[in-house]
Amino acid sequence: MDVRLQSQPFDYGLECAAFAARAAGAGAVVSFLGLVRDDDGRLSRMEIEHYPGMTEKALAAIAYEAARRWPLSDTLILHRFGPLAPGDAIMMVATASRHRAAAFQAAEFLMDYLKSRAPFWKKEFAADGAEWVAAKDEDEAALGRW
Amino acid sequence: MIDVLYFAWVRERIGLPKEQVETSAATVADLIEELKAREDRYAAAFADLRALRVAVDQVLADFDAPLQGVREIAFFPPMTGG
Repeated sequence: MDVRLQSQPFDYGLECAAFAARAAGAGAVVSFLGLVRDDDGRLSRMEIEHYPGMTEKALAAIAYEAARRWPLSDTLILHRFGPLAPGDAIMMVATASRHRAAAFQAAEFLMDYLKSRAPFWKKEFAADGAEWVAAKDEDEAALGRW
Repeated sequence: MIDVLYFAWVRERIGLPKEQVETSAATVADLIEELKAREDRYAAAFADLRALRVAVDQVLADFDAPLQGVREIAFFPPMTGG
């Protein structure tokens, strides 16, 4: 299990390759990368605030819960905070298991919980002002399926 | 004394990230009432509790959570990770 919280950028390709190399023998690896989206070209930057101390605990708890529910041989959660630009990588998860169903489901579980149970808050800055990203009802509802 | 932390727009509305509060409040809800009575900026931040979440000693909690023995309370909007 590898849980990392950092402000620095990360290399998705290198992380995936390293994770897959460690997972040799697992049979299935699933990975997900989240990027800063700029729907209409107005976003100049994003700032991610977090809760030092609680964030690390919440990420570890989410990773442990995934490992308790599915037969995973490895799990990676990597989440950034601080200033980000459109197109930047925000976060990634990866899961390794003997079979793909567990790896896919566990990756979705990680994403659903990271969305609404990890203490991060996104603020978007545009030329005409700044706004906190509002949590979506469907993100909260998504937890219900687990 | 309890450390009270604010994040995101709650921090902006109250105007500080952290403060120490001397309180005899029994629950989180009681503490909120004490804070709201202090100044308008607190009343504004805590006007709609449905828009807020609370963590007690870094674990998500309900507003009726007891404060006895608690060292750190944090108030923030619903989280937007991922």
